[in-house]
Order: sequence, then C-alpha cells, then structure tokens
Amino acid sequence: MSNADYKGVMVYAEQVDGKITPVTYELIGKGKQLAGELGTEVTAVLLGSDVGALPEKLEMRGADRVIVVDNAALNVYKTEPYVHALTTVINKYKPEVVLVGATAIGRDLAPRVSARVHTGLTADCTKLEINPEDKGLMMTRPAFGGNIMATILCPNNRPQMSTVRPGVMQKLKSNPELKGHAQIIFEDINDFDKHDNTEVLEIVKTIQEKMDIQDAKVLVSGGRGMQSPENFKVLQDLADVLGGTVSSSRAAVDAGWVEKDRQVGQTGKTVRPNLYIAVGISGAIQHLAGMEESDFIVAINKDETAPIFSVADVGIVGDGLKIVPLITEAIKAEQAAKNEQ
Amino acid sequence: MKIVVCIKQVPDTNEVRLDPKTGTLIREGVPSIINPDDKAGLEAALEIKDRNEDVEVVVLTMGPQQADEVLREALAMGADEGILLTDRKFGGADTWATSSTLAAAIEAIPDVDLIITGRQAIDGDTAQVGPQIAEHLGIPNVSYAEDVKLDGDYVIVKRQFEDRYHIVKVKMPCLITCLGEMNEPRYMTPGGVINAYRNGNIKTWTRDDVTIDDSNIGLKGSPTQVFKSFPKALKQPGTVFELDPQESAEKVVEKLQEKFII
Repeated sequence: MSNADYKGVMVYAEQVDGKITPVTYELIGKGKQLAGELGTEVTAVLLGSDVGALPEKLEMRGADRVIVVDNAALNVYKTEPYVHALTTVINKYKPEVVLVGATAIGRDLAPRVSARVHTGLTADCTKLEINPEDKGLMMTRPAFGGNIMATILCPNNRPQMSTVRPGVMQKLKSNPELKGHAQIIFEDINDFDKHDNTEVLEIVKTIQEKMDIQDAKVLVSGGRGMQSPENFKVLQDLADVLGGTVSSSRAAVDAGWVEKDRQVGQTGKTVRPNLYIAVGISGAIQHLAGMEESDFIVAINKDETAPIFSVADVGIVGDGLKIVPLITEAIKAEQAAKNEQ
Repeated sequence: MKIVVCIKQVPDTNEVRLDPKTGTLIREGVPSIINPDDKAGLEAALEIKDRNEDVEVVVLTMGPQQADEVLREALAMGADEGILLTDRKFGGADTWATSSTLAAAIEAIPDVDLIITGRQAIDGDTAQVGPQIAEHLGIPNVSYAEDVKLDGDYVIVKRQFEDRYHIVKVKMPCLITCLGEMNEPRYMTPGGVINAYRNGNIKTWTRDDVTIDDSNIGLKGSPTQVFKSFPKALKQPGTVFELDPQESAEKVVEKLQEKFII
C-alpha cells in the first residue's frame, strides 16, 4: 500500500445520547474545504445504537457520505468497542485524512485508533491546511501551554490523523436541500463481544441546562479580580442584558467560585464569541489561547500592565466591580430608549 | 499487586515567559517538575498502597539522565522502585514511539496488574501516550479518571466527560489515565528524601533492556514530524483607557455601539 491508495477525508461524527456533538459539524465544515483542495469527498462516520435520523443531519451539514455502525454495543461510549468500530471502518475505506473532535471522547478514542492502525496522530489542532506541493496535511497546534505553535506532518503513514479543538473551525449551516444527497452506508460489525472488557455501572450528568460557553455569542468572563463567588452576580446581570452567558478564567474555577464547564483557556474551552468581556482577568497565556479569536474583546482590569490588554480591542483600567454595574445600567437605558422610539 | 506509574519530567509551563521582542520562549531558569497529572496518578497509586496490603508501586520515566530527579522525588513520596529509560536511540520520539517504548518497558517488568499515567503532560498536552500504551499492550484503558478504587481483581473508575461522569468497572490488567484535579499529592517526607538520594532503588534501562524493534522507537519510529514551530502571532492591541468608573462605563457602551454589538 502506498500513500496514493488512501483517498478521502473522514470525519468522526461524535454523538452522545442521540445528539450530535457540535464539533462534528465544525469538522465536516473544515473537511469540506480540505476535500475541495484534495479533489475528494467528506465521509462522516457515525457510531451508536438506534441512531434514527442522525445520518440525515450529517448530510444536511455537508457530508458527502455517511457510514453508520449501529449496534447495541455502541449504546454508551466505551473505549474498546468504539476503537474496534472506527478502526474497522478506517481499514476498509482507507481515507487519507481522519479528523476527530478533541473532546473527552475523541481524545481517548483517536489515540488508540492511531496506535492500532499504526499511524501518526496530532492532538488538539487549531489549524489544518493542505500543502499545495505534495498534498500532505499540515496540522498546526499550540504547544508548551499555548506559548508556541507547532506545525506537524505525517509524511509516510496513512491516514493522517488529527484531533481538532472544538470551537475553532467554522461549521456550515444546515441545508435541508442536501437531504437525500449523501450516500448512507450501514456497516455490519458483529464481533463486539471480543472487544469489550469494561462495564459502565452508572452514568451521572453533572451539568444542568446552562448554555455551553462555546455556543454563546456574548461572554462576560470573570477572574481572580472578582474576589468572591457572590460578585459574579454583577457579571450575570450584564450577561443577561446582552443575551450572553458567564464564563471565567482558570483562577476562578480553581478557587471554587465557578463550575469547571465555564472555564475558558488552554485547559478549559476555546471560545470565539462576537463579544468577550474580561473582568478582573489578568490574561495568562493559557487564558488568551482560549479567547483571543473572539471578534471583539473588552478588558477591565485594575492592573494597567495586565497581559489581557494586549489582546483587548478596548481596555479599561479600573475596578470591574464598580464599572460593570454601570455598564449594565447604561445598556438598559439605551435599550429602554430604543423601545420607546 | 504491582502498580506501574508512568511519570514525565516537564518544564513548568506556568513559569515559561515569552521574550517580548522576539516572541520566543525563555527557557532559562524554568524549573523542572513532575508533570501534574502524572503526580496525581502517583498519589492515586500511593493511596491504593496505603489502603491495601502488599502493594508495590514502580515509577517509570523515559528521558535524559537528569530525569532521575523525578524518580527520586517519587521515591521520597513513597514509591518503592524507579526505572529510568534512557538512551539516545529513544530520542526524538512522538507519542506513537514513546508509547511503544514505554509499553516494551512495562512488558519487561514482571507481574504488572495496574498501569497509571497522567491524562496529559503540560508541555505537549496531547493526552495520547496513556491510551496508546494500553493499545500496544493489548489491555483495556479508562481515561480521564477522577477517582480510582480497587475491587478485587477489578478497578472502579470515575471517568469524567464534559457534562457527566461514568462509573466504569474494568478488570486488571488495565491502564488508567488520571486528571490532575483528582487529589492533592502528598509531600515528600524528610526520611524519604534522604533514602531516595542515598540508597534509592533506581534502575537505569537502555535500548538493550527492552525487547522492541528499532522501527518502533525514537525518531525513526515516529510517524509524525515537527515541520516547524513558531511563536504565536500577536494581535495588535487596541486602546486602553484610564477614566473614572462612570466615564469608563460610557466608553465601553460607546464602543459597543460603534461595533453595532448593542
């Protein structure tokens, strides 16, 4: 087998509880672009049990082909059966590129798959490009806690595999006209009993119905400078008038003021809202790595030397606890004036 | 029973600074530490040892000679034995070659029941080596552990996801990757430090001590290659204002209106 025998871009379509994880659509969006440059197509691989109408959702987001493995053994995510299924599909269809979301599932699944098919895997990529000369995949990722970027190649092994940070690539809008256009293939895999040495005794959901910070258009984010969990109320008030949600830096999570799922940054989530307001966040490089792609950044901090100001479009040196309620009031007044017009 | 804990010596990336002029890393004076997730894994192993009879904890690291510092620290915390895998032939390894080399070393340790690694290292952040070791060994793995308990021949793991956790039961031998948040690692004891440095039980293994094909180690055994590394492009900073609180609030609202955000 030579590299030329591997064709197509394959995307792992992550689903949990019958819902497609949003990063999947970002991977299809990016995959379409890469496939265009390679003159090939995007295949989504969906693993699960009773997947229902999920394949149609994938085609409406742009997948040219959907491969489904529907088996009771794939009801809940377990490493071994999922690795077996994905590896079987990769070995049969021989894609040149495989993209997996860098989620708590993808970062467990992809490493074992890459070890089994004996190929390279580049973690948590934030940029993917096709080298115009040799058509190889150039995978760029942050390293050293976000301090430097590295571009990684996988020249001699196929497929070229990468996990991709959620929230970085652009997804395509769901297009109902694409329904029925993709080829949907059901793959029969029946030997899961040989690939199943764990038992899930209990599943406990830990997060209630809060908006995922990666889906928010507006984030009001607090850090150590908020001084106490109670003070996050003023951020919530501002988020409410802006139709946004509250996020935080690692310091506020470590202090126990906010839930881990609110954390922005290298060890938290990457966000790119239309507006990011950072209050009392100094802007450690790990935090900046998670939010600097936001469209518009406002930073409020007492310390004029805080690194957050280096990425802010508007910086305010001052006490966020005093200023934020005034901003909330001013916006409320503007909105009231508009309503009267 | 025997637990192998894989640990890595890493630069404390929280202490890494960028040269503001060149945008390159300033590595001088950056302390080397046990990777935090690995240290949590070591603590988890030591807690199993505290609670159960006849548990032996072996710490394994791959790196240059100076990586024996992290093994001594682990011994001073309470580990029984350290193994340093060091050879130029192991150098330049990506996660594939690193995991196959570590797996070969683990196969050379008799009667291993449980392997514990950190979820990821702070210098690479890949989270790949743990699951890949398990794959090379052909044993089950559970990643992202927030709690690990023994139950006879089984391990009960609290496996973290973004919005939930699973309680997973897995038969040994198996491999668990641990989250740094799972515990507060203990301090070295003074007696432990003296022991670790005076007569610490540390072995050094080289290429010839592990059974593995040359094509699976080091740079040659690495499917991925670093094409280039470069400093992050810095964004042009905007304007910083220093006004009284009321004027500050007005300025922010004015800017948001200019951008049609409100």
